This record gives sequence, structure tokens and C-alpha cells, in this order.
Amino acid sequence: MTITQNNDKTDLLLEIRDLRIAGHSEDAWQDIVKGIDLTLHRGEILGLIGESGAGKSTLGLAAMGYCKDGCKITGGQVRFDGEDLVGASEETLRRLRGVRIAYVAQSAAASFNPAHRLIDQHIEAALHHGVSDRATARAGAIELYRSLNMPDPEHIGERYPHQVSGGQLQRAMTAMAMACQPDLIIFDEPTTALDVTTQIEVLASIRAVVEKFGTAALYISHDLAVVAQMADRIMVLRHGKLVEEAETRQMLAAPQESYTQSLWAVRLFQTAPKPRPDAEVPLVELRNVTAGYGAKQVLEDVSFSVYKGQTVAVIGESGSGKSTTARVISGLLAPGSGEVRYNGEVLPGDYRKRDKDMLRKVQMIYQIPDTAINPRQTIGEIIGRPMKFYHGLGGSAVRTKVKELLQLVELDPDRFIDRRPAELSGGQKQRICIARALAAEPDFIICDEVTSALDQLVAEGILKLLNRVQEQFGVSYLFITHDVATVRAIADQVVVMQAGQVVDSGCRATIFTPPHQDYTDLLLSSEPEMDPDWLDKLLERRAVVAGA
Amino acid sequence: MVSIVRLLSQRVALGLLSLLAVSVIIFMAVELLPGDLAQAMLGQAATADTVAAFRAQLGLDQPPVQRFIGWMAGVLQGDFGTSLANQREIGELVSARLGNTLRLAGLAALISVPVALVLGMLAALYRNSWFDRMLNTTALSTVSFPEFFVAYILILFLSVKLDWLPSIANITPEDSFLTVLERSLLPVLTLSLVVIAQMMRMTRAALINLLASPYIEMARLKGVKKSRIIYYHALPNALAPIVTVVALNLAYLVVGVVVVEVVFVYPGLGQLLVDSVAKRDIPVVQACSLIFAVTYIALNTLADVLAIATNPRLMHPRG
Repeated sequence: MTITQNNDKTDLLLEIRDLRIAGHSEDAWQDIVKGIDLTLHRGEILGLIGESGAGKSTLGLAAMGYCKDGCKITGGQVRFDGEDLVGASEETLRRLRGVRIAYVAQSAAASFNPAHRLIDQHIEAALHHGVSDRATARAGAIELYRSLNMPDPEHIGERYPHQVSGGQLQRAMTAMAMACQPDLIIFDEPTTALDVTTQIEVLASIRAVVEKFGTAALYISHDLAVVAQMADRIMVLRHGKLVEEAETRQMLAAPQESYTQSLWAVRLFQTAPKPRPDAEVPLVELRNVTAGYGAKQVLEDVSFSVYKGQTVAVIGESGSGKSTTARVISGLLAPGSGEVRYNGEVLPGDYRKRDKDMLRKVQMIYQIPDTAINPRQTIGEIIGRPMKFYHGLGGSAVRTKVKELLQLVELDPDRFIDRRPAELSGGQKQRICIARALAAEPDFIICDEVTSALDQLVAEGILKLLNRVQEQFGVSYLFITHDVATVRAIADQVVVMQAGQVVDSGCRATIFTPPHQDYTDLLLSSEPEMDPDWLDKLLERRAVVAGA
Repeated sequence: MVSIVRLLSQRVALGLLSLLAVSVIIFMAVELLPGDLAQAMLGQAATADTVAAFRAQLGLDQPPVQRFIGWMAGVLQGDFGTSLANQREIGELVSARLGNTLRLAGLAALISVPVALVLGMLAALYRNSWFDRMLNTTALSTVSFPEFFVAYILILFLSVKLDWLPSIANITPEDSFLTVLERSLLPVLTLSLVVIAQMMRMTRAALINLLASPYIEMARLKGVKKSRIIYYHALPNALAPIVTVVALNLAYLVVGVVVVEVVFVYPGLGQLLVDSVAKRDIPVVQACSLIFAVTYIALNTLADVLAIATNPRLMHPRG
């Protein structure tokens, strides 16, 4: 990738000056973007990174003169090709959008209209703005589908959004943004919802078309390694302000600010691997489990063991059967054949047939804490419930124990016990979920993608907490994740799943040391690295392998 | 497509099952009426022999299950029995009235459904504007008044004060179509005012509910005009709830006309029902109730089927 250093005035495409945006929440206007300056030249790709709440998406949308409902621009300028979009008429903005500035959203599945065919949505902007006629627009769409390596480019546009895979949909969205060959595209976390192996294909496709048409782009992501592959220049944002800005290579080589450095350091956290205890009955053991929903077989002959005090990470892409495995262990889904053993004893497949004490021993923590806790209950009620249910505690005993647990998960007991979940941040809610699981005093906790919805720094805090809990109480974890970095950080044993089968397993050191089994290699090599040339090298290597 | 055929046949089967249940209930309800039908018909003065003879003539001496099966078998062949009041064939009696009621409901539907949908879309488009507020207030007011009140208000202004329309809708089969139209206009208007509000508010709510979806935001970011966003991007996805409410209101147009028909002396099924109840003409009451039940269940089943048919996930399955 060549870095275009061009400061020629005529090449200036987007210039944002002292932009301020406020959002309406809890009956008050609060600043989301607090005076940001940004310049972007034609053909340049600028990466915006930061954690959630940094204001990067708001800033990206503001570059189109757009604010979400409940937000407003309170000051500054957004000059696109010389024209100020702040205060521009709705009609002026409408003519720019889709034609000269386009948007690629995080979730293509939600951003395509389920009622219309892909190609009809693709050509809508071109037809609506009178850029081209139907036949030309359709031909252009097919051409773009081909450039983006979509399967069957001639006909894939005739499909409805739910008929294509997530990776294909994300490419279709990039194609749609390209439909009128805009000067600028805003990519808002376009690969965040994808599996790592799919992410690579989408990243490669996006980069190829952006280079081909010389389109300028704002590339928004929370993942520094991804941005490093795409951007010429990177801006780090936090709390609506700029932390630092530099060219990609310079930023990666020598981050200046302590906040930026902490983003790097996140990846260094690792627990000390614990050796697997020999000659002991495993705490939880799956033997030749098959399971499915109706006629659809999801798990096929899955066997592995979890020993006391150990963390077993199950890694795989979406649809690999990770969560179904968790459902089988917890008894939410009875296996079709095979058995789940607990301390050597076969467990009934259906949780309704397990006794209360057995249910107490296996607890779950979920991916999305918002939906896993009742918004109408106070924190005290949420955490107190398992104590009453499993241990028959009541009154002040519950309150004392809830406070102890809040202390344990590093939340101030007196401040939080009477609050409701809505007042908490995502990381705090996940801590509440951990406290609730611990309230049952379990031996075994299933953690289903518990850090996937969190920012890296927050996720690291959760991992450290889980590790400390394990050291203190000797609980075992089944850690389900799609993230290689998380596995590397905390797993004692690793189970790699693909299409409902265990394809590889072993202790952390074995799995992460070459030579790898084929699929494990694909998974590990797909994890983006902090090297701006990583994607190029990887694609080159894979091309060589494919050619050989 | 196999799954959608199965889904649809399930709906239709469910509809038929509900119909059977309702017919049993109608039959039972009459059965549970206090006193003896024959006794009631003949009055206190009748001798025991006369009553017994009359019971035999009506078939009341047979066990209920047998009578129910006999009744259903007749209904399935289009034979509803004979009226007790005037010994006429109920089928004949009902069909002319049903035609009138359906015409009234049809005309009301023809006006109210398009008006409600268009107003709902406009209200969603200009949501929270004075236009939207005015529309909502008016709609709420019209549903809040009982329909006979709306009817009398319309009569007061449109026929008494302005003398534009006749206040009585006593049409006969000999009247020309235009005369029928003129005479039914007030009842049609009354019915429309009553049903438009709910359909309009549901359309508005269903559309606004969707306007926060990411794909609507995407359409805005593509520079699509607001009106097009409403009818092209939001409406197709809001059809299921709208169709359900429209079907409920259409069913109401047929089933709920009783009051309006009485107010305007319109010779429809509702009038017949009211008259028959007064005359204790039980077979006619049963027949009318059954027809109302069929209409209600058929329209709701149709709504279910349409809701399925407008879902692209079901119409275009993966694979």
C-alpha cells in the first residue's frame, strides 16, 4: 500500500473544523463530539479508532451531514468539497448522499431492507438521483459484485438479504456504497460482526475496490489491527476528543499517548497456564455427543473434558456448534445421543430432570448482559435471587452476601446494590452477571462469548476478574469464544470446533505452537496482527499455497 | 415452498376448527336458554299435548347431539331450516339481507381502507407535526363516540340541517343502483368514521415503529426521499400488523353493523337478527350468528394468510 502524501489544496475533499455534537439522554444534552478537526484528501483512507462512546460513529455520520435522532450538531463546520454541510438544506444533503458520499454500516443484515432484492436496493440510489438508467445500473451492480469476489455475480443480486451469508451481505453493502462511484465512503465497523476468516475476505475486497476507484474513506473500527491494514493515517479518539493522530506506520511503531499505548498493551495480558491434573475424574465430560434442532444436526460426535479449576476454551466460527455445546451441558438442549458426565456420573439430558443442587453447580454467563438481566429489578434483587433459590437465604443475610459479591466483582456495594441495570455501563452489567453466577456457588461456569460485546480494555478487566475468581474459588470455566486473542490470554485447554465437530484440541502451548492442524492454522493466521503489511503478506502466502 | 404450503394449510385448518367450536357454542347457547322453546312459542295457555306435538314437529324431542348433527348437516347443504315466525326458508330470508349487509360493508371498506392507509402514511411522514396531531385527535374523537351517536350527529347535519342525504336507508330490491347508493351513504359514512381511526392509527404506529430500523437509516443515508422511505422501505415490512387490523375492522363492518342498521332502518342481516331475537325466532338467530362467525373467522384467517404471504423470509426461503 502506498501512502499518498498530498497536501495540495485542490485535493482536499473533507475538512471538519471544531465539530461539536450533542446527544439527548436522561433529559439533558450531553456532548458526544467535543471539538474535533479532521482533514481528508481525495483517495486517502483515514482510520478512526476508539472504544464505544468515543464518538467515532457520530463523527462518521456527521461527515455526511447526518445526525441520529436525538443528536444535533452544536458547532463547527463540515466542509465537503468546499460546501459546508452543517446547516445545509435537507435537499442539498439528500443530493450528496448515496451519490458523492456513501455509507457502509456495521450490520449488513440489519441495514439491508428484508423486503427487497439486493440488486434493487443496490441500484436505488442511482435511479432515484437520476445518475443512470436501470439497465446501466444493473450492469454496474453485477460488475461490482464480480470485483468484490461474490459468488455467482450474475444472479446473486436477485436474492433477498436473508438468502445470503453474512460475509456476502457485507460485500454486497460495500458494492452498494460504490454504486454511484462516490468520492467518499464511510465504513462504520464493516467487519466487526464477521468471523475472522470471513473478515479477511471482506477486508481484501474492500481494499481492492477502494484502490481501484481511488475512493477516499473514513474507516471506523475499535480494532487497531484491522485499521492498520486499511488506513493511510489513523486518528485515535476518546470521549469525543482526539487523543493522537499519525500516519499508520508511525502510529504503530511509536504510539505517543499513554491511552494509545494501553490499547496496545491489552493484547499482552496472559494467565499462567495450569497443567491438566492427571488421574482424576473430569468435572465435566462430554462423550460422543450429537445434538440438533429438529431435523438439523448441529453437533456431531463431540467429546472433551473439563477438569477442576481449569479453563477450557472452545473456539470456532459462527455456526460451528459452540453455543449448542453449552446448551447441551446446561441441559437446555437434550443430546440426541452420547452423554454428559458430571464427576463421572451421567447427567439427565433435560435440565428439568436434574435436581436443584445439580442445577446450582452449573451456571452460565451470556454474551449480551443487557438481555441477560431483568431491567426492572435492582442489582440487589438480581444477585440475591440465586441465593434465595438455591440456598434458601433470606432477609439481611442476602443483602450482606450480595455486598460481598459486589466487592468481589469490584463494584462499590453501597453505590450499586439499589440501582437498576439501565444506569450501568456494559462492563459493569457483565460484572453483575458474573456476581449472579457466583451467588449460586457453582463449580462450573459456562462463559458464552462474555467479552465479545465489550471494548478491549473493559474486556481485559473482565478476563482478569474471571481469572482471580478462579484462583480464589477453584471454579472451572468453559469459555466459548470466536476470538483467538482471548483464547491465548486465558485458556488452559483449547477445543477447536468446525461445523459441529471437534477438529483439534490440546493445551494452550500445543495449539499455539506450529505445526498446526489445517483449520487451526486458518483460524490463527486469520487473526489480524499489528503490522500494516500483515494482510498483504497473508494474501500473498495464501495465493502461493492455493497456486501450489 | 413446502413449508409455506404447510403453514397456510395449518392456518386454514385452524380456521375450520374454530368455526366448528363456534357452531357448537351457538347451538349450546340456545340450548341453555331458560324455559322450553315450544312452551315459549305457544304461550302459557297451551295444553301439554299441544306442546309435546309442537316439540316433535320442531324435533326438540330428540337428544341434543343428534339435533346438532342434523342442524350442521343441513347447514352444510345450504339448508338452515325454516323460520318459526313466518315459516319461510331461512336460506332465502337471509340471503337477501346478507347481500344488503355485504354491500354496506363493502362500500364502507372501499372508502375506509384506502383513506385509513393513506392518512396513516401521511401521519407517519409528518409525525409530530400539527397535521399529525390534528389527525390523531380527530381519529380518537370519532372512535370515542358510540356509533349511534355518530350516526345521529351525521343525520342531524347532513339530512336535517343541510338536507343533502336521506336519513332513512330503507332500500328495496327494485331500487336502482344509484338510489341504493344515495340511501346507503349515511350508514356507510358512519361505519367508515368508526373504523378508519383504528386502521389509521395502527398504520401510523406500525410505520413509525420501523423508522428506527437500521435499513431505514441506510435509505436516508442513500439520499432517498422521505415519502419513498415510507411507502417503499417501511410499508412492505409493516404489512403484517396492518393487514391484521384491517381484517379485524372489515369483520367488524359485517358483524358490528347491528346498531347502524337499526338506526338507519337498513334491511340488513343485523336488523334481521334484532327482529328475530325479539320474535324468539331461534333458527334464524342461529343462522345469523353462524354467518357472522363465518365472516369473522374467514377474514381473520385471510389476514393470517396475507401476513405470511407478505413475509419475504417465508416467500423466498433460503437454499
